[in-house]
Amino acid sequence: MDIWPTVYVFVLASFIGLGVIRRVSRLLYTPLMSLTNAISAIAVVGSILVTGGDYPTRIRLLGAIALFASMTNIVSGFLITDRMLKMFKTDKRGEGKPT
Amino acid sequence: MMYGVSQLGYLVASALFIFALHWMNTPTTARKGVYAGVAGTAMAVVVTWAEPSVVHHLWIILAIVAGFIVGVPLSRVPLTAVPQRTALSHAFGGAAAGLVGTAEFYLRLSEGAEALSPFRMVALLAEVLLGYVTLTGSLMAAGKLQEVKWVPQRPVTYPFQNVANLTLLGIGIALGVAITLQPAASWAPLAFAGVIVLSLLFGILLIIPIGGADMPTVIAILNSYAGLSAVAMGFVLDNKLLITAGALDGSSGLILAIIMCKAMNRSFTNVLFGAFGQVQQAKASGEEQVYKAETPEGAAQVLEQANLVVIVPGYGMAVAQAQHKVRELYDQLKKRGITVKFAIHPVAGRMPGHMNVLLAEADVPYTDLVEMDEINPDMPQADVALVVCANDVVNPAARTDKTSPIYGMPIIDADKARSVFAIKRSKNPGFAGIDNQLYFSDRTWMLFGDAKNVIGELVKQLAGGSGMH
Repeated sequence: MDIWPTVYVFVLASFIGLGVIRRVSRLLYTPLMSLTNAISAIAVVGSILVTGGDYPTRIRLLGAIALFASMTNIVSGFLITDRMLKMFKTDKRGEGKPT
Repeated sequence: MMYGVSQLGYLVASALFIFALHWMNTPTTARKGVYAGVAGTAMAVVVTWAEPSVVHHLWIILAIVAGFIVGVPLSRVPLTAVPQRTALSHAFGGAAAGLVGTAEFYLRLSEGAEALSPFRMVALLAEVLLGYVTLTGSLMAAGKLQEVKWVPQRPVTYPFQNVANLTLLGIGIALGVAITLQPAASWAPLAFAGVIVLSLLFGILLIIPIGGADMPTVIAILNSYAGLSAVAMGFVLDNKLLITAGALDGSSGLILAIIMCKAMNRSFTNVLFGAFGQVQQAKASGEEQVYKAETPEGAAQVLEQANLVVIVPGYGMAVAQAQHKVRELYDQLKKRGITVKFAIHPVAGRMPGHMNVLLAEADVPYTDLVEMDEINPDMPQADVALVVCANDVVNPAARTDKTSPIYGMPIIDADKARSVFAIKRSKNPGFAGIDNQLYFSDRTWMLFGDAKNVIGELVKQLAGGSGMH
């Protein structure tokens, strides 16, 4: 396996991350955390490969637990982020949709 | 062909994640970010599930259903409990990374040692180490935040704590190096199990000495670890989507942690190894200092005369569930044409941005939530600063008293307002255990009592007053 392309991706993605996160509104740090939480639950990819592969049962069991954990993070992470973001309004109750 | 399709899917998902975070730069576009994130994740799940190597489907379906069953209630927790929910989800993320890493190791081992190149082995060890440290560390943090009985709230310290912790970590790394050099050795599986146990233990020991006031930083650091463990998984599986998403999460946690540290004028190492939250020794000050107490009636009269009122909320506001009463007070004052702003300190609350979410829930328009750096120049013009259970973040000792443990920490200059009302539950010092000079200032009047009741009284006074005119 050639490791260098992956290392490149990591370094460049980190730079993008630092640039993008720096611009995130300070009001939204709590939803930001739950959003990044849901996004990093992309470990779901590895969990599916382990759970669904033709492997010994105990290996797949580990995968299934990991899949459950990632899936919980995805579901609760996105839902709670949206729930919090809905609350940020510009003025007067009832009126404001944040768009 | 299949390879091309799946790679394209991962690429699009990566782009969607970047957009998701980009849209968080303002509350007006933020919800679009959530949809982008959902789309990216859904795409990644579908593409992965369609891989030819995935042949068993029942367990996948069961795990996904179970994830929904647990995930939906976890997204409905009260907003005061969001810090512990966040910590808990870091624990889940860490667990997922650790478990997949463990499965991968024993799987590759059974395929023969060639499958474990040194690079892959190092990535695997990093994944497992970060994953399990995040798992137990975040569980400890969640326990402290939830105030679970058997988790000590106050920082626990003992002699040679840091030395002991670092020795433990050193042993873990030494085991890792040994496995990397000789993955085929008969003792390798056992040594790997040793790394797992040490990581789990290290996670607990890392968080035990950390107090509640440092939780915003710690949660941010754990967020970063959870992201980095996903990156390590990406290296193991040679999956660039995992690396991208993990790097985004990792840098997010890192930036938040840096911001939190700056807001407390402390370094990373100081937060992790400093055991700050201990009760500081009471400073022997010669003179007896006295508070001036005020009644809600008196305070309401002063508030009525003001042009600019700045409310400084602290974590106690959340504890007392006073944010809705605060909103009523905000309404009463606004009705009189008084300008009301909320001054938000970066580390107020138990996680980054906590106060903003609580006040947004109470329907305070986010345009009136003002960052510390923006409100401070206006503080001398404020007629009243109303401090709602905030303590260390308004302690002028941070500016003036070189001997104070919080010296140098940026604060909200509540003491510069023309008059200050401070709501406080009791006369005890705050979380960091430091006396607050603000309370003894000749411009300050104390309103003792539960924040919800005190503000309720203020609202009643103001409402009653307007009825008589």
